[in-house]
Amino acid sequence: MSGHLVLAADPMLAGDIGLVEVALTLAKVVVAFAFLLVAVMLMIWFERKLLGGMHQRFGPTIAGPFGVLQTLADGIKLFFKEDLVPDRSDRFVFKLAPYLSLIPAFLAFAIVPLGGDFNSRGGEVEWWDRVTYLQVADPPVGILLFLAMSSVAVYGVMLAGWSSGSKYPLLGSVRASAQMVSYEAALGLAVASVVLITGGLSTHDMVVAQAAEGYFGIVPRWNIIVTGLVPFIVFAISGTAELNRPPFDLVEAEQELVGGFHTEYSSIRFALFFLAEFMNTITMSAIIVTLFLGGPAGPALVSEIGGVGIAWAWGVVWFFLKLFVLLFCFVWMRATLPRFRYDQLMNLGWKLLIPVALGWFLFLAALEVGRDRDWSTLAVTVVALAVFAAAGLLLARAVRSGRSHPGGTAEQTGEPAGQVEENV
Amino acid sequence: MAEAVFAVAAVLMLAGAVGVVASRNPVHAALFLVQTLVGVALLFILNDAHFLAAVQVVVYAGAIVILFLFVIMLLGVDKAEELRIEPISGQRPLAVVVGAALAAMLGTVILTGADVLSGIRRGGGERALDGEATDIERMGRVLFGEFAFAVEITAALLTIAVVGAVVLTRRAARSDEAAPAGSVGG
Repeated sequence: MSGHLVLAADPMLAGDIGLVEVALTLAKVVVAFAFLLVAVMLMIWFERKLLGGMHQRFGPTIAGPFGVLQTLADGIKLFFKEDLVPDRSDRFVFKLAPYLSLIPAFLAFAIVPLGGDFNSRGGEVEWWDRVTYLQVADPPVGILLFLAMSSVAVYGVMLAGWSSGSKYPLLGSVRASAQMVSYEAALGLAVASVVLITGGLSTHDMVVAQAAEGYFGIVPRWNIIVTGLVPFIVFAISGTAELNRPPFDLVEAEQELVGGFHTEYSSIRFALFFLAEFMNTITMSAIIVTLFLGGPAGPALVSEIGGVGIAWAWGVVWFFLKLFVLLFCFVWMRATLPRFRYDQLMNLGWKLLIPVALGWFLFLAALEVGRDRDWSTLAVTVVALAVFAAAGLLLARAVRSGRSHPGGTAEQTGEPAGQVEENV
Repeated sequence: MAEAVFAVAAVLMLAGAVGVVASRNPVHAALFLVQTLVGVALLFILNDAHFLAAVQVVVYAGAIVILFLFVIMLLGVDKAEELRIEPISGQRPLAVVVGAALAAMLGTVILTGADVLSGIRRGGGERALDGEATDIERMGRVLFGEFAFAVEITAALLTIAVVGAVVLTRRAARSDEAAPAGSVGG
């Protein structure tokens, strides 16, 4: 057993840990948790209001100014409703499942950098003589924590459906878990591209890398540009599918499944599922901001007021602006796109997103190797494009022939991925 | 601090392991298995093997046990198990023998290696731990430097296994059946 535990790369936790460090860390946890809860409340209101606007109706208007307290009212109502546990359910697992969805949603948020001055100080802030980061934790595994949490979150959905002891929740939960497990692969491959460009797993390092000098003085060095847009699109789509949000909300397809995995849930447990769902939406948006949109990086327009440095606060402002834009897009997508069919969903994930994400990752790796070995970038790109085209054609042929003679699919679908790997 | 974490992880793991064996419901057993795996991840973190800890959660808890649960739920065997029937004859006496052998082996290791509990190994443990690089970087260098060939061979083996499994199952399917992906959710 080693003498000390390396808990994080956060400079505050590198030295001795005293009362101030513990208090600061606790304060960060409390602030992050409170932020998430309030954000969920506002997000639900925002979503209903915006959907209302897009549908040419008002949305919530009664509770509070502009109906902003509607979520609070709903929460109180749910809290006081009767809590039903079905007779045929597995009682312990039934009660455990909501927490299994809620806790990963919050834990994943811990690695998101929320602010800090990334222009001159590398994201560090100094409070009470302690230099620290504006994020709850910066573990050495960084973004892997997010992937681990999104794979653990499947348990909540899966067990909720199973433990209800009835048919529709089980069908809904099997659907949901199949969907989440499938899209995790594409999600991971998109993250891999960012990790490759950054050269590390830490979310803080990712933001530092993106805060560096951009191109032509105005274009920022965000990963959405550096990784060439493709991983961003793959991540955004598979992230939406991972969240079970429209247009990928087959889990809750009312016409087919009554209510999906939470059909049997009522009262506060149902509220917990909803809380987890919206928390996940916010966390996913925050992760997208961190990975691709530069996190809190941005210009500090006014760096001090009355001698007090507020450059770090600009990071918070930029972060929330970016987060807001993404959340708006999530609602926009919900209002715009009709729900996918189950086979369309699986085809999109396995036959399009995963091969594209893998191919693009290998392309980025080839470019990186080419830069190391002084190969011509143009030559690498041309060869890679040729390999892409060949692999894409092979895959398309395999899918086609698989559709006409089911016996012949296997040998051919296995090939393209291997092909790309060998050639690039 | 480290001892306290070890104690918590050990209790978690042992309770989980007992639960896996003792619970009558296969789904509960799978959940106890997750508990044990999380305990192992904690021990990895305790030994500064952060990457292994993350992989432990992603791969074992997030993929393998999920697969178990899928099979259990889809096959509908999530009822208490019938213990009077022995599926493979001679299985129980064999299990006793193998279990005793494992216990003997573990006992020998604990009795002879005095530092087993503290995790310090006698020799050979030094080489991998020097330098400033993070564990993921060191692991990458070892895997894709020294053992690159073994990694590639393993990758090929896994690909072949997947393709083989698909070929075997697809041959049995009727040719007029729709793609299996569509049938999962009904």
